[in-house]
Amino acid sequence: MNAYDRVQAARAKGRPTAKAYIEALLQGFVELHGDRRYGDDPAVIGGIGYLAGKPVTVLAIEKGVDTQDKVRRNFGSAHPEGYRKALRLMEQAEKFHRPVLCLVDTSGAFCGIGAEERGQGQAIAENLSRLMELAVPVVSVVIGEGGSGGALALAVADQVWMLENAYYSVISPEGAASILWKDAGKAAQAAACLKLTAQDLRELGIIEEIIPETDPFGWLKEALPRTFEQYCAMSAQALLEHRYQKFRKIGGLSV
Amino acid sequence: MLPRNLFRKPHNQLEDLEGATSGHVPSVPDQLFSNCPSCRAMLAQDDLPASCYVCPKCGHHLRLGARKRLALICDPDSFQEMDAGLAGGNPLDFPDYADKLDKARKASGEAEGVITGIGKVDGISAALFAMEPAFMMGSMGAAVGEKITRLFEAATRQGLPVVGFTVSGGARMQEGMISLMQMAKTSGAVGRHGQAGLLYLAVLTDPTTGGVMASFAMEGDITIAEPGALVGFAGPRVIEQTIRQKLPQGFQRAEFLLEKGFVDLICDRRQLRDTLAHLLRLHGGEAQR
Repeated sequence: MNAYDRVQAARAKGRPTAKAYIEALLQGFVELHGDRRYGDDPAVIGGIGYLAGKPVTVLAIEKGVDTQDKVRRNFGSAHPEGYRKALRLMEQAEKFHRPVLCLVDTSGAFCGIGAEERGQGQAIAENLSRLMELAVPVVSVVIGEGGSGGALALAVADQVWMLENAYYSVISPEGAASILWKDAGKAAQAAACLKLTAQDLRELGIIEEIIPETDPFGWLKEALPRTFEQYCAMSAQALLEHRYQKFRKIGGLSV
Repeated sequence: MLPRNLFRKPHNQLEDLEGATSGHVPSVPDQLFSNCPSCRAMLAQDDLPASCYVCPKCGHHLRLGARKRLALICDPDSFQEMDAGLAGGNPLDFPDYADKLDKARKASGEAEGVITGIGKVDGISAALFAMEPAFMMGSMGAAVGEKITRLFEAATRQGLPVVGFTVSGGARMQEGMISLMQMAKTSGAVGRHGQAGLLYLAVLTDPTTGGVMASFAMEGDITIAEPGALVGFAGPRVIEQTIRQKLPQGFQRAEFLLEKGFVDLICDRRQLRDTLAHLLRLHGGEAQR
């Protein structure tokens, strides 16, 4: 499969969305709504449940399953209130010493009038800062699309994993092609140049693990509890230092 | 009935003004005289530094290179540049990027899209950064992220406030995910500087968008914007294409952000140095001459 095949697989109809992962991985999941500032964004699902018997907070971008659900969830393009709901719940997770699992599946944060009026950029920036300093373990899994800043707002994590056919990119291949070559039809070419596949990103040191698509739920059921346990054993200071250095070294130039 | 222009590309009035998100850079030209891009008044090149590169007639703020900006803010000969030679390569082997970098270096005379260092503002020591619009519209790749991170780390070690001038089209696409990760990296360094109880004054200039707006531009303790500056997450054209509707007048301009509660104050460039010095003093900054 070339890079653009994977982009199309990540967007394919019928691909499991975040809700399927929550159902498969968590017991006793309780969804919590609202950002306490403006409203509740259905593009972001937040809540608490048991993962292998231990409570975790889940923050997930949900695209929706049928047409009505997709429209309600804005096809997984979150507004600032979605990111602020995530912010509220990650702070709650820190208060109660719960690890945080993020599930990322978005073509990008929504670009619209309301989103700008309510500070889309500020909401994303605040999540980046807060996640960098959040004193509980955070694991982010890109399960489908990882669209730029809107994905990163839930992916400043101790470990970032990707499904085999997920992609994670600074810009959509179509967007890159139309800016670079004034031709969105050259998206396949752009996808290859952007190095957006799981394989590419592991080689670049941007993600840690690639999850095979044969049985992602089984893989995560085994790997997540083990990983959370490993990070829970660290002091808060060591955990935050580890997270800081992990991002600190990306694109670190020597002069 | 469907509107007749359903499939036509929406026209964005903002694109006609100076200071649209990308494309040509209306910086200060080299000729003796030029016209104000806003009111067309004749501007004498020699008079521009005295007016802080603001049109004396209509108050339009001309787009300004990083060194000129630092010269307006810092005390003479006080600025000590850091990491001057630090420059990015082409980490993804992206087509034509090496050429673009060459051109940007020639056009701007700078090695990369931001200048960082330590200087004095009215006698008060501060770490400063200024992004360079002539270098690929201040886009953030590895080198820009690294220089900003190093500046905040140095300021944290030395107990200095940071004063930063942003101008950026966002993340530098040709560096792919490495550029996106600079948002996290810089946010981490800004956060540690803040946890040390130190002040960060962010000055948003035209334009500040995308990944820079959604990271360190929006993380200041006090956020100042220049009048009329375009500041937003998504560029106006992208929004129009997404929602297929015209944007209201003044959308994403500094005054709009002030009204919506996302900047603390709008400051005319001619008062900017005094305002910054005053804010530094209010946070305990003392002049050392």
